[in-house]
Amino acid sequence: MSILINKDTRLIVQGITGREGIFHTSRMMDYGTQVVAGVTPGKGGEWVLEGKVPVFDTVHRAVEITGANTSVIFVPARFATDAVLEATDAGIALIVCITEGIPIRDMMKVRKYLDQQGSRLVGPNSPGLLSPGECKVGIIPGHITQPGNIGVVSRSGTLTYEVLYALKLQAMGVSTCVGIGGDPINGTSFIDVLGMFEVDAHTDKIVLIGEIGGTDEERAAEYISDNITKPVVAFIAGSTAPPGKRMGHAGAIVEGGAGLAADKIAALEYAGVAVVEYPEKIPSKCGELA
Amino acid sequence: MTAHEAKSIARELGGPVVIKAQVLVGGRGKAGGIRLVHTPEEAEEAARQILGMQIKGLPVRKVLVDEAAEIRSEIYLGVTNDRAARCPVMIASAEGGIDIEEVARTLPDKIVRVHIDPLLGLREYQARYLAVTIELPRGHWRDFIDMACGLYGVFTNSDATLAEINPLVITEDNRLMALDGKMVLDDNALFRHLDLAEMRDLDEEAPTEREARRYGLSYVKLDGTIGCMVNGAGLAMATMDVIKLFGAEPANFLDIGGGAGAEKVAVALNLILRDANVKAVMFNIFGGITRCDEVARGILTALDESKGDIPMVARLVGTNEDEGHKLLAKADMIMATSLADAAQKAVALAVESQLQ
Repeated sequence: MSILINKDTRLIVQGITGREGIFHTSRMMDYGTQVVAGVTPGKGGEWVLEGKVPVFDTVHRAVEITGANTSVIFVPARFATDAVLEATDAGIALIVCITEGIPIRDMMKVRKYLDQQGSRLVGPNSPGLLSPGECKVGIIPGHITQPGNIGVVSRSGTLTYEVLYALKLQAMGVSTCVGIGGDPINGTSFIDVLGMFEVDAHTDKIVLIGEIGGTDEERAAEYISDNITKPVVAFIAGSTAPPGKRMGHAGAIVEGGAGLAADKIAALEYAGVAVVEYPEKIPSKCGELA
Repeated sequence: MTAHEAKSIARELGGPVVIKAQVLVGGRGKAGGIRLVHTPEEAEEAARQILGMQIKGLPVRKVLVDEAAEIRSEIYLGVTNDRAARCPVMIASAEGGIDIEEVARTLPDKIVRVHIDPLLGLREYQARYLAVTIELPRGHWRDFIDMACGLYGVFTNSDATLAEINPLVITEDNRLMALDGKMVLDDNALFRHLDLAEMRDLDEEAPTEREARRYGLSYVKLDGTIGCMVNGAGLAMATMDVIKLFGAEPANFLDIGGGAGAEKVAVALNLILRDANVKAVMFNIFGGITRCDEVARGILTALDESKGDIPMVARLVGTNEDEGHKLLAKADMIMATSLADAAQKAVALAVESQLQ
């Protein structure tokens, strides 16, 4: 079982005819995801992937014809804001934005608007979600993980793969993996996902992967302390990162004394979370916490 | 810009002037980069000294010569983004002039904040609230509100992540005057501000970081001995942390991004090898979109060009890892099975090569 996405997810791909869009659509379908349509303005009426997926000009039309409830966005950064808003207006409940490099001002407006409309955005700059054995939305490689009882939530991409793979090598599986994205402003926070894992009957343990920058991990620690009864294991990347330098992700920067790994680790440990020294220690720590 | 020009500008302005170093870092005053002088001759001398300075490692190539204001009080006014609140925040303080982060630490009560709805923008009543709370004399409210709204306008119109006036002063002849300002722009938004993008001063960036950016690599030079190449920012940071955990320091942060081809990988390896402090190199590639064989090809290309004696450890997992391993078997490379294994081996190699 899973959170946010499952066998019944009906997915549309915004930017399906782009290089990334078409490649990952094919991977998602191979995994068993129901991709019901694609959207690329100006290419409505075409069919892609050997005629399996219809393309529409607008999200509204795609939703009307196919009954899609989830969207994944692969369009370039300068068009991504518009794509998210279009999905919201078309009534899509869950929008997953893979696109990296969206201006922060745009994201602040989008987030505010989405909160008013009641849509959920995961990302941007997210690797997407994966419910092993059921559904894959985004770019997380399917074969590096297996179904199980561990919920994974992360701000990172390949670091998340590292953790999923380390778990698999120890025969441990995952209920759902959620990549919330590496940008300073995102649609879904650690807290949102932690709350979902807490009430999910098929998630018994939670793995949280954070990194330097901002105070999301500190707020997650507070939330865990007050609301989470399931055991949580965490890793925070960036202990060695110097202040004032952006470490790749727009959100990974230590500014004005805030966002240090040491502060996040201390807050999580205070909340009773088992924080490990490096990602490959996560499986053994999960094993200890029955 | 020469010291002689500073002299003639000072003469034109008449009276006392300030000479200010124009570099893209804060803390110029503390570093001696801002001087008050009283005659054109003094202006020339001060400009000569400042133009020869380095501030936080950056050479001063330009100075600003401006009328000196007789200052009664200094105010701070700035706007930035509050990540936790997901909106801009405007900050004012009656304790202007110096480092606002210092004020925030030592005198938190002296800082006033208003959060701004990103869909509504800054409203006049919010600016008025700031003026009242920092106890600005009533006669200056109108000007202050106009400046605050103007500052917010500049902040949003140019996609800044910081816009500040510091100090905003009340002069002895009772005028409200912006004496200095600073802005930081959002790199992700530069595509719609080509005029601002053009103003990037390439001289003020480290050459390696500039070259990295041109190839779409994310590189930050650090002071350690182990060069590392990783795909993905989070994994790159984790790799640095593991190197440190096993007793050495990373020489750099380097994220080659997703789906990097052989050419990009070769450029990345050359960047690492150019750093004289590097005693060992570690590759940590988790192939998803990135293909391990492409990475291996790039490594081989770079090694063909510059065959050094720096020892290297590679850990390749994921897409096309077998082909990657086969290719690297041709090179003199130590293979590792896990992140921890790779870091331990790299640290041992670096220690060994330092002993030699």
